[in-house]
Amino acid sequence: MTIVPTVREVPIRTDMDIVGVRQAVREVAVSVGFSLVDQTKVVTAASELARNTLKHGGGGTAEIELEERADSTALRLVFRDEGPGIGDVELALRDGYSSSGGLGLGLSGARRLADEFDLRTAEGEGTTVTVAFVNRDPAAR
Amino acid sequence: MTVTAQDVRDELAEFLRERRPDILRAWSEANVLSHVDPADTEQESAELLAGVVQAIRDGAEGDSGHEGFSAARSVLGTVVSGSRDGARPDLAALKPPLLRLWTEHRRSAGPDGLTEHAVDGAVALSTAVDTLRAVLLELEVDAGLETIRAQREQLTELSTPVIKLWDGVLAIPLIGTLDSMRSQAATENLLEQIVAQQARVAILDITGVPAVDTMVAQHLLKTAMAARLMGAECIISGIRPQIAQTMVQLGIDLGEVATRATLADALGYALRTTGMAVVSDQHS
Repeated sequence: MTIVPTVREVPIRTDMDIVGVRQAVREVAVSVGFSLVDQTKVVTAASELARNTLKHGGGGTAEIELEERADSTALRLVFRDEGPGIGDVELALRDGYSSSGGLGLGLSGARRLADEFDLRTAEGEGTTVTVAFVNRDPAAR
Repeated sequence: MTVTAQDVRDELAEFLRERRPDILRAWSEANVLSHVDPADTEQESAELLAGVVQAIRDGAEGDSGHEGFSAARSVLGTVVSGSRDGARPDLAALKPPLLRLWTEHRRSAGPDGLTEHAVDGAVALSTAVDTLRAVLLELEVDAGLETIRAQREQLTELSTPVIKLWDGVLAIPLIGTLDSMRSQAATENLLEQIVAQQARVAILDITGVPAVDTMVAQHLLKTAMAARLMGAECIISGIRPQIAQTMVQLGIDLGEVATRATLADALGYALRTTGMAVVSDQHS
């Protein structure tokens, strides 16, 4: 596994920044040859997580990273905030649970959309959510 | 900000007055404002210089809000609004001729002309030109923000037309990113038209929406629910394969809201719902 540089870092401060995150993510996904379905999944997950960063974390950053693996490329998104953190992770990941009147599918849905999912949080210490999408190179299979 | 001694200021003011014609000629030759009519260029250069003189006299050459720069502001304002092609004047080009003339002026004052005073004066002049550049930048940023605000307003209005497809059948094509302001406008617009046109079916077409996340989905559901309360059925059409797959994985359940792949399918369904039938007139 190689350590990879951050391709883009987008601040999340306002609603308009969520649009910016989506666009940046889509651009990177297109540049590494993701299929239309995979692009849509990445962009949708990014949209959910960016909104969480803004709504629950009070803003933060989104980092877009690319990682070359043996027979694939992974697009990794890291959403970081310094908000209140998540008290009950299990509850937050439950389908239909929302602390903000939403559908309660953002976080759990993003986990289902992603190939890899990692959530680090502690009360009072912010939250970092990492999702990765793997684009398997068809020629290598 | 450097505090320039009063005697330096006095000398700068004298220099600017004495060498005014030379400065204006040099500035016009630098062709910074690039006007078709040279008379305009000279007039505007004179206004910029007058502002610089006033600011330097008041010791405010670094303060873009000083009244000396307000005349410059209106001159540069016309320059900004006049350059639609993105060409921007490079005010930095005003600096070398000004400093060259200043050095000349000091040198002619005698062997000890190039002293500390000369340096202080050069710094003040340089700062004044930098402030002109800052004023220009402020104007450009303001113009950009104004454009963005106007475009956002236009988008809000333009992107949510409600189209009458048939008696009692309305469609609203949703396009692009549905931020909360735009989706709110779309909903209001649709609900008003449902009443005005006594619609029984409203089609929300999302062919032009690049991604449906939970917020967009929730918005669609709420709109459908509101329409139903008003006696109209909502159909969501234009769900492309990649959107469908993503929505399933997200876990979005549109419940009782009818969905169709294309607007044509949705219209067919709407016509049947309203008791219409489309038949071929080729009886074979």
